[in-house]
Amino acid sequence: MFRFRDKSTANKILEKIKDLNIKAKFMNVCGTHQDTIVRYSLDTLLEPYGIELVAGPGCPICVTTSREYMEAMVLAARGKIITTYGDAARVRIRGRSLLTLRGDGADIRIVYSIDDAVEIAKMNPNRDVVFLAVGFETTAPSTAYTILSDPPRNFYILNCHRRIPPAIEALLSLGEVKIDGFIDPGHVSTIIGLEPYERIVSRFPIPHVISGFEPLDVLVSVYMLARQVKRGEAKVENEYSRAVRREGNPRALKLIEEVFEYTDLEWRGLSRVENSGMRLKRKYEDRDARLVFQDELKLLEEYSEPKGCRCSEVLRGLAKPRECPLFSITCTPLNPIGPCMVSVEGACYIEYKHRRV
Amino acid sequence: MCLAVPGLLIEVNGIIGKVDFGDGTIRKVNLALLEKAKPGDYVLVHAGYAIQVVPEEYVRETIELWRKVISLEDFAK
Amino acid sequence: MDKSDRIVMAHGAGGYLMHRLIKEHILSILPRDNFEVGLHALDDSAVVNDVVFKSDSYTVKPLFFPGGDIGRLAVSGTVNDISVMGGKPIALSLALVLEEGFPIYDLDRIMQSIASTCREADVYVVTGDTKVVEKGSLDGCIINCSGIGVRSQYLDYNIDVVRRFRGGIEARWLLDSNIRPGDKIIVSGTIGDHGVAILSCREGYGFESSIKSDVRPLNRMIEKVLSVGGVVSMKDPTRGGLANLLNEWSEKSHVGILIKEEDIPIREGVRAACEMLGIDPLEIGNEGKVVLAVVAEMAEEILEVLRETDEGKDAAIIGEATDEFEGVAMETLIGGKRIIPPPLGDPVPRIC
Repeated sequence: MFRFRDKSTANKILEKIKDLNIKAKFMNVCGTHQDTIVRYSLDTLLEPYGIELVAGPGCPICVTTSREYMEAMVLAARGKIITTYGDAARVRIRGRSLLTLRGDGADIRIVYSIDDAVEIAKMNPNRDVVFLAVGFETTAPSTAYTILSDPPRNFYILNCHRRIPPAIEALLSLGEVKIDGFIDPGHVSTIIGLEPYERIVSRFPIPHVISGFEPLDVLVSVYMLARQVKRGEAKVENEYSRAVRREGNPRALKLIEEVFEYTDLEWRGLSRVENSGMRLKRKYEDRDARLVFQDELKLLEEYSEPKGCRCSEVLRGLAKPRECPLFSITCTPLNPIGPCMVSVEGACYIEYKHRRV
Repeated sequence: MCLAVPGLLIEVNGIIGKVDFGDGTIRKVNLALLEKAKPGDYVLVHAGYAIQVVPEEYVRETIELWRKVISLEDFAK
Repeated sequence: MDKSDRIVMAHGAGGYLMHRLIKEHILSILPRDNFEVGLHALDDSAVVNDVVFKSDSYTVKPLFFPGGDIGRLAVSGTVNDISVMGGKPIALSLALVLEEGFPIYDLDRIMQSIASTCREADVYVVTGDTKVVEKGSLDGCIINCSGIGVRSQYLDYNIDVVRRFRGGIEARWLLDSNIRPGDKIIVSGTIGDHGVAILSCREGYGFESSIKSDVRPLNRMIEKVLSVGGVVSMKDPTRGGLANLLNEWSEKSHVGILIKEEDIPIREGVRAACEMLGIDPLEIGNEGKVVLAVVAEMAEEILEVLRETDEGKDAAIIGEATDEFEGVAMETLIGGKRIIPPPLGDPVPRIC
């Protein structure tokens, strides 16, 4: 699959944006978008044309709370095999992460897919295997399907799945920052389709464009947003039409509805967000690691965010990584303090890694 | 927030398929999230699951859209 | 120092954590030598009384992988580390640590591979050791391969050619600290082949791939390049890949390095695998590649000679040293520029 990234097309799109001659602040709610933006310096390319790009709570690893990671670490210390995606294994809470626990003898396995985790459960029948299920609507269906396909008895889920639309709504109802448009997450949208964003636009009339992840996808989406702003429109447009259909992926949505029920859930940086959590339904309680191992999880002590850390504001687009007093001084990828520096998709990590020249 | 890449579905047996991500880079992929998928389809894969079938001329269609957005610029009026 | 500090995998992955461990817990403790290229240079090899000296341990898993095995890796790695200094490898030591129950059949396969690679590199194993450890304390076997080399017959000529074009370099060897603004950066072939070949067999994220490890000895190719002249420094981008190598050069030579994404040779299979797993190809290892810093005036000629060899047929000029900024930066495919930091540790697949 070759990529379509070339300078001349990029410059043509930038010219178009320049012609619109507007000033606007657009937010993305996706770590992969943020990576594309900073990796190709799209924000610096767009700055002279009055467009400011801001990162919202878009990375599932950043918004998962410390408590949820500490639950996984307690279970690891109690001898369960913890299977997890690579980026979640690195998250450090008070200097310790699932990966550093390996040195104490914990059995932590990095997997590319939940199916690999089920395989590990089959190969270790006499050990409890817990899958750390982080991610949004793109990742939740694979967890739901796995639970419905009767995995081995020793396979459990530590469920941290979250929904994006409630988070966008929470951000807008906070009304703290003036956002002129949203670059909506392409891959979440392949699952949920356009309708959830249309519901948000009916309450908060500002432009939305669902974008792909090539640098030119993002530039075209910014142009489409800027055009709406210029015309005073507020609607949902789909730039990523090659992958996102209006109805999303009905089969995946049905799986989610069958296995999960929606609950209020705390997000790191956003505090409690209504209807944004996915909890396993009672029918699947025997798969819920939080219930099955609740006595062992009592060992957990409370944890408060470190002083001076402005991650919660960065996650809400109120502050830029560089505006945090700790950024690249005490808070670096090697000694990450807040969540946005911990995850490779976090706004601060990406800013640090792709520091401009 | 979700890394997903397109690949060519080259083999299907039950809900497990084989997808080629380029030049013989092939991985087992779960097709349970798709209504129907047959060898020759291009699929978008996230964390080992195919989450959508994408058009075969995936790339051409994108360039078409970009050209449409750039050239059909009727805003000037 | 916090007693609970423990060794983590990243300490061995060629990135920042490894360099800090070496500086704080090894260099600071060992007595300082004053040989021509001693421990504190932290270069690819040391030079003691005109003898190039290198020691390296090999712990690759699995032991046999597409395109090679631990035996070929051990000989190639040590031969290459001596050659990139401007040395001609002549003799190796081979220390085997075998696990109780390790199949002798596999040992034979590894020894055959070591023998054929030695013939290919025209070097001999002259000493060594074999130890066995209890079942379960080691996963199969690990190999330490040390080696010595003498000064390459072409090295003095090469340095003379460098002096012809720009101020002399004081060093008599090809050190990491020799690079000056304006020098061109050449890579001898496609990046990421070894890293992807290994990742494709790893538990939890295995995939089929047409990509084979590039592991091979490069001393013959390096001799040809030195005979042309104009090489300022050389290094093999093993653990931590190109990102780690360029950052080490930038730090030790106090120069900025600017590379261009579109000029970096990379196989489609490596690009596809990295994209699928969410890994940066600049950070994964290579075992049959060399990166050269050369005087600008000789760059084209050296490139031509490289491309005539089988080992260097995909060689390319990927950038140059500069004094406009510090660190390593890359001009991306669509024009913006971004900094390439040293990798933290082994890359792991990510979902977002």
